[in-house]
Formats: sequence, structure tokens, C-alpha cells
Amino acid sequence: MTVTVNGRPVEVADGAMVSAAVAIAGAPFFRRSVTGEPRAPLCGMGICFECRVTVNGRLHVRGCQTPCEPGMEIRTDE
Amino acid sequence: MNSRPFDVLIVGAGPAGLAAARRAGECGKTVAIIDDNPAPGGQIWRSLELPVWSRQSRVTHFAGTRVVAAPRPNCLAVETADDAFDLSWRSLVLATGARERFLPFPGWTLPHVTGAGGLQALAKSGLPVAGKRVVIAGSGPLLLAVAKYLKDHGARVSAIAEQADLSSLRRFAVGLAAHPGKLMQAVGLRAGLRGIPYLTGCWPVGAEIGTVTLRRGAKTWTEACDYLACGFGLIPNLELAALLGCRLGDAGVEVDNDQRTSEPGIFAAGEITGIGGLELSLAEGEIAGYAAAGKPEAAGRSRRARASARRFAAGMDRAFALRAELKSIADDATLICRCEDVPLGRLRHYSAWREAKLHTRCGMGACQGRVCGGAASFLLGWKVESARPPVFPARVGSLK
Repeated sequence: MTVTVNGRPVEVADGAMVSAAVAIAGAPFFRRSVTGEPRAPLCGMGICFECRVTVNGRLHVRGCQTPCEPGMEIRTDE
Repeated sequence: MNSRPFDVLIVGAGPAGLAAARRAGECGKTVAIIDDNPAPGGQIWRSLELPVWSRQSRVTHFAGTRVVAAPRPNCLAVETADDAFDLSWRSLVLATGARERFLPFPGWTLPHVTGAGGLQALAKSGLPVAGKRVVIAGSGPLLLAVAKYLKDHGARVSAIAEQADLSSLRRFAVGLAAHPGKLMQAVGLRAGLRGIPYLTGCWPVGAEIGTVTLRRGAKTWTEACDYLACGFGLIPNLELAALLGCRLGDAGVEVDNDQRTSEPGIFAAGEITGIGGLELSLAEGEIAGYAAAGKPEAAGRSRRARASARRFAAGMDRAFALRAELKSIADDATLICRCEDVPLGRLRHYSAWREAKLHTRCGMGACQGRVCGGAASFLLGWKVESARPPVFPARVGSLK
């Protein structure tokens, strides 16, 4: 299926999580910390909240706990 | 708000929770399992198809559902991606599992640094690892399982850095002879990892973009890596148990012989009663399931399995005990709290977790201390307790 990451189309396998789509898109990081550091997923299981991205306009969605859906629009911090 | 009633409500669809569900269901009870993940199985059996027995018995599975609060006795408030509702119970089984312990070192917040189990979970979620250069570091048997998984999926694992010394692992290996199944598992893992250096008495002391610096004895060197997968054992997820008032011991939730907690009608099973691995989780889950259904006497076989698994877990705990040197790999500038970006130097002014939270916001961000709490208890010896609703960050609409 196809989703977009920061406006760019990305092909992901069925069952892939949003976190995988962001990595496949080659985005250098997921979010910026409160002091501006680039961050990416740490725990991979919904605990650390480092994978937070914007999905279809909804803020602070945990990328590693959210399955991709066709046409999903994913945005990382920039 | 209306609440859906169940005889037995289980939080956590990993091995312990599923075992409890199965046994409670067999006893004719109405059973529901809540799990935060999109599919059942927990971290070890990620994305499991629900087994046949769950369709035959009356087990309702609430996937992608997290507990927000306990608004009144015998009731949990939960939320999903776009809904919020209450579930009420006669018996509650807590099987919330464990998370990795992360120890901070300079560079551990860089995007290429993940958990050890964390990288495996991400790979299982579709993150491509084929051809990636990976260094795995930290402690515990999980490092080996992760290395095997990543290697089987095409990653180039250049080293496994295990902080424990070879001598303590050797003592443990001798003890394995008393657990033949475990011994075969260990031998199989070693065979699957041929060609990957397993460096005991070795740990990370720093990372920069695309690298890790490792130390072993007097030697310190830098390795290039696409991912540094780093985890220092497991710690139990105690937040919900603490919120419900269950008494906690040093290892986790305190339970009696039937997996009952100190709170009436509330049982606990699996890693939250103390880290012990798959077999112990299954045995405790079965006992909790029978007991929650009012038939604790049916659990005889599981009690023997539990006793054996507990002895094994105690040996493992000793073998992989964290060395004191790991307390000095973070410097004053190293962030401890990744949510609020609080460095170790600022925490040194305080003597306790609560005081540090009030002055620095350490542990008060989105993860609510789930990451820095484990680090603070190891580095600073603080007793880290944080149990107030919402258990996880929740939407305002889910709170009443």
C-alpha cells in the first residue's frame, strides 16, 4: 500500500506500522525534543513516546503503535 | 457512562494474560482482554492470531486499547484511537508485562540508538534491517535473541556487547544443566549466532552519529553502525498496579500463592511480579486465570512449573546483575529525561525522585517517567513511584 511521509509517497507492506513508513521514507528523525534535539523511536513498544508523529492531521500519534492504512498522511517534525 | 461487565477482565495480551484468559474462559467465565498494541501476543509473540480456544470460549479482545484510570471500584476507564468507555469486572488480572531498562550514556538520545528489544520490535513492525550494520549492547539473554532475529532478517550484526563478566555467565551456564529445555535453547542460539563476536564484560560509553564507542577492560574503541540497539535487562510495568493500590515489593507486584495481590479481586501474573521469562509468565497466568475464576485448586501442574521457573529466574538475575561501573557512563551533560531534556547534572542537586520532579520536570513528560525512572533508580538509587491518572497520556474527552 502507499502512504505519504512529509508529502512524499512511500510503499509499505501490509501490516507495517507508521514507524516503518517513516524509516523507509528516509526521514532523518521523527520529532524534535523540547530543546530541539532530533529523536527517533527508542522502545518500539509504545512506552517512550519518541516515535510521535502527525497522522492525518492528528498530533502526537505513536508511530510504532499505529498500523499504516492506504493513503495515510504522515508528517514528522522538520 | 455505561460500562460493559465481565467476570474476569485481563490487562495485557502477552503470554501471562492469554494464559489467564484461556483458563478463566475454560471455567465458564465471561472474559475480556485489553491491550495497548494493535494485535495480541505481547512483545514476545507480537502480532499473534488469537488462538482457536479464544473463539471457542467467551473471550473478548480489546486491541489498541489503553487503560486511562480506575474511576470507581471494580471498573477501568479505557480509550482507543477514537473512543472511550468503561469496563467493569468481578476479578481483574494485571499482566502488563515489562519494558527494557535503558541506561543513559553520552549520545544515547541520537536517532540511531534504539532499545535492543526495541529494534527487534521495530523490525517486526516493518522497519527494514537487511544490510544494516548493527551493534547490540547492554545485558541479558534478550541481546542474543535480538541478534539472532536481526541476523536472520539480513542485518550485519558486528558485535554483541554484554556487560556481565564471562565468569558469572559460566556459573549460570553450569546451572542450566538443571533446566534441559533452556540448555538446548541456549545452545541453539549460540549456533545461530556463529560469526558474531559475543563480548562479555563490555559496554557502551558513548555514541556519535553513526557510531558507538565500546569499552572492555582497558580497551576503548569505536565501531561504525547504522543502529546501536541497547537494553540493560527488563523492568516491570507497575504503573497500573500502583494506581490500583497493589502492594509492591523489590521485584514487582507482591502476590500470594494464587497470584492474588494485596487488593481484593485483583490478581497479577507474568513479568510484573518480577522478571522471569516466558515459562514463568505462562505458569503464573494459568494460576491467575484459574484463581480469578474461583478455581485455584485446578492449577496444580502450573504451580510446579512456576516453582521451577522461579529458580531459573533467580539464577538469571544473579548472572546478569548490572555492574557498578555502568553508573558512571553518563556525565553531567547526559540527558536522563528524554521527554523534558533534563541532564544528570541537574538531578544531582536533589535527593529523591519527587523532589527532582518538582524542580526539574524530570519524569513529567509524555512517557511519565517510564524511561528515566528505570535509569534514575539504578543511577541514583531513587525509589521511583508514579501512579496517578491518567496512566497514559489521554485525550481530554476520555477523562470524566
